[in-house]
Amino acid sequence: MARLLRAPLALAAPAMVAVVVSLVPLVYLINTSLQRGVQQLIDEIFVSRTATLVMRSLALTVVVTVACAVLGTINAWFVVRSSAPLRPLWLMLLAMPLAIPSYLSAFAWITWIPSLNGYFGAAIVLTLASYPYVMLPVAAMLRGADPQLEDVAQSLGVSPLRSITRVTLRQVSPAIWAGSLLVALYVVSDFGAVATMRLETFTWVIYGAYRAGFNPTRAATLSLVLIGVALLLVVLERRVRGRTVQRVGSGSARHAVRQSPLSLTLPAMAVAITSLGFGIGVPVISSISWTRSSGFVDWAEVWSTIAASFGVGALTGLATVLLALPVGILLARFKGRLNGFTEGAVYVTHSLPGIVIALSVVYFGISIARPFYQQIPLLVFGQMIIFLPLVVGSVRTSIEQSRPAYEDVARSLGISRMKTIFRVTIPLAIPGIAAGGALAVLGAVKELPTTLILRPTGLDTLATSIWKYSSVSDFGAIGPYAVALMLLAALPTAVLSTVTVLRVIK
Amino acid sequence: MKNSSIIRVAFALGAMTLLAACGGSGGSDSSSNNDSSNTDSTTRDLEGQSITIYSGRNETLMAPLFAEFTTATGINVEVRYGDSGELAALIMTEGDKSPADVYFSQDAGALGAVQDAALFTTLPTDITALIEPQFQSTSGNWAATSGRARVVVYNPALVSVPPMSLDDLLNSQWMGKIGYAPSNASWQSFVTALRLTRGEDGARAWLTDFAANKPVAYEKNGVVRDAVNAGEVSLGLINHYYLYELIASTGPEKVVAKNLYFKDGEAGSLINIAGVGVLASSARTDAALEFVRYLLSTAGQTYFVERTFEYPMISGVSPFSELPTLRELNPPAIDLADLKSIEVTQALLEDVGLLTR
Repeated sequence: MARLLRAPLALAAPAMVAVVVSLVPLVYLINTSLQRGVQQLIDEIFVSRTATLVMRSLALTVVVTVACAVLGTINAWFVVRSSAPLRPLWLMLLAMPLAIPSYLSAFAWITWIPSLNGYFGAAIVLTLASYPYVMLPVAAMLRGADPQLEDVAQSLGVSPLRSITRVTLRQVSPAIWAGSLLVALYVVSDFGAVATMRLETFTWVIYGAYRAGFNPTRAATLSLVLIGVALLLVVLERRVRGRTVQRVGSGSARHAVRQSPLSLTLPAMAVAITSLGFGIGVPVISSISWTRSSGFVDWAEVWSTIAASFGVGALTGLATVLLALPVGILLARFKGRLNGFTEGAVYVTHSLPGIVIALSVVYFGISIARPFYQQIPLLVFGQMIIFLPLVVGSVRTSIEQSRPAYEDVARSLGISRMKTIFRVTIPLAIPGIAAGGALAVLGAVKELPTTLILRPTGLDTLATSIWKYSSVSDFGAIGPYAVALMLLAALPTAVLSTVTVLRVIK
Repeated sequence: MKNSSIIRVAFALGAMTLLAACGGSGGSDSSSNNDSSNTDSTTRDLEGQSITIYSGRNETLMAPLFAEFTTATGINVEVRYGDSGELAALIMTEGDKSPADVYFSQDAGALGAVQDAALFTTLPTDITALIEPQFQSTSGNWAATSGRARVVVYNPALVSVPPMSLDDLLNSQWMGKIGYAPSNASWQSFVTALRLTRGEDGARAWLTDFAANKPVAYEKNGVVRDAVNAGEVSLGLINHYYLYELIASTGPEKVVAKNLYFKDGEAGSLINIAGVGVLASSARTDAALEFVRYLLSTAGQTYFVERTFEYPMISGVSPFSELPTLRELNPPAIDLADLKSIEVTQALLEDVGLLTR
């Protein structure tokens, strides 16, 4: 498997643009935290409360990530390997919690069970919201995995369950790790769920530094700590992912035959039904009940906010894919000294809460891009920074799963490197582009804090309308927007799972 | 009965607010052309100008007022709504390049932060003379536009002898019977005022005993009020106007809950304010100041009284007759700008176990 050693400039240059874009928040944070001097910065970091909060955020992150790894893997196994009927439909439904913003589901839970606030409630909401990040890549990998190893294990007298834990799990472990990294970064950055559940985590305190402390310098310093945590997570994931089981030798993989006994399918189905009931059922039923209690709904306003959300989402999806594509290709197909740096730069920003990203765009936008300030382009730019890692990851996986031999053939036929990329590599990346684009659209439609700060004055999206009415406790008015947001976000979620379905169930 | 007629008026006005809000800002309001006394020669020069307002106050409540301002003065407004603290952070990040002309905040703390960053211009004396010194910045940088009093809302069917002071709330007879909203900003301002009046140790002692009385946490102030009205809990610690919002939306016959004012100069009698300042970087200072004048005019102040049920800040406009006057309320003698140490309050609340339960 010969790998091209150095990337062509036409690929490396746009990839570096993506890196520069990703570094915008970091530069802002360093500048802002140094405003009051290095000593202040060090003092802020080394107060005992910072340590307590980091530990609490990490504890939440570990619990949610482990829960998502378990739930996501079981659900993935259920939709790929079990003997349940209608598995593509199951997969699509099980991905749907992605369409529900964490602030909305947390709000639904806490109005249903007020005593659920705190650690437990936040863990439940975040787990149910983010297990699909593990389920989708694991499902894809499970389908591609060679079942012969399982056959061998079972022929040696190993029980079906043990062959799953000892063989199958190892085969799909790269996907579990990659998905878990996204979950972990998301949990570290989430504010909606922890705020509603009133759990003082690190992001809660960063928002608090803006909202209650009126102290952007302190918020910036704390965000730098968060970036440190994120770097640790990225490095950890890279090291673990490096040691994975690979298929060796020639011959072709046989597609997995469903052979799972009912004794495994039924419990997995119970897990899937529970995921659906709590992950989708609770927020959807709450939102519909809010809608029914409302007297008057201004449907014209609802429609115009749907249009605004859709427009912003589509532009963000498009822009993020264009920026992510060169990075994904670079990371998947070329080896370079800067790969680790590129990957780190792109990923760490995903751990930052939305308000920090937004203010970093304000910081630069107001001086450098004044004509676009508080206009759609800078809103899209801010959202693009947040969702870039999701799209990069998706494009990269898609290319990595295809054989580099295709490109080698093209090159041996005398086609230039850039032409090879356009004619071979990008077509290979299409499933990843579709899935990644869907993730970005999905995220943009749900995103609240960056939208609030960067939107053009007077522009309402579904997310900002929910915010507007929830702050005056107008449940009746929230209902239609909440339902509309979930329906709109269900579209990219369906695209996402369809791409996976096409890869998974042929 | 006098009370019920006021309540009917309030109800009707509340309904009008809803209609106005639903109709959007495009429709012209026939009721707001009686302000011609305000339209002097200076204002006419400003007609057609447009100012940008960063509003930490909610759109559903404030949009009709902003529309009335435009009708009265001919000055157009572009309004950017957000969380008061986040908008303060936004202004501080934008610095002297901020597109905002006016910052309209839900609380004094955020105004104090923008003042500390030296981003406000000094308000002229014709504005600052309108309101009491305790309800404006000591340096003349911002002015309160309306006030909200902390109250104990109670259900008379469950409470024969209401508590008379903060310390009465610690009595074991209220064990499990007090509702509060831990994440609400006004509750946290109340606790901040408690810290300022009783000191850190005194506040901690009160909160520890309060926590031992097992108060019931609710998501929002409105939910606390509903719980009291429904008899789920006997008492609720909220702001005064929530009761009138309920009366306006359901009619007086469905509301049994009543407000109770301590009037003892302690944190329980705190008056939180919403206020406004004009940014020094504004190129449209005259139009921006005209907006501040409108908020503090008879028309603007009457809007707060009638539609958001808040306390007016100028002497010419009276609160609802059933409300005690600001002077009677006897609020604690603290500088409202000091209410900005909310982070310390939150850490304390977490420490005594009142943030999550």
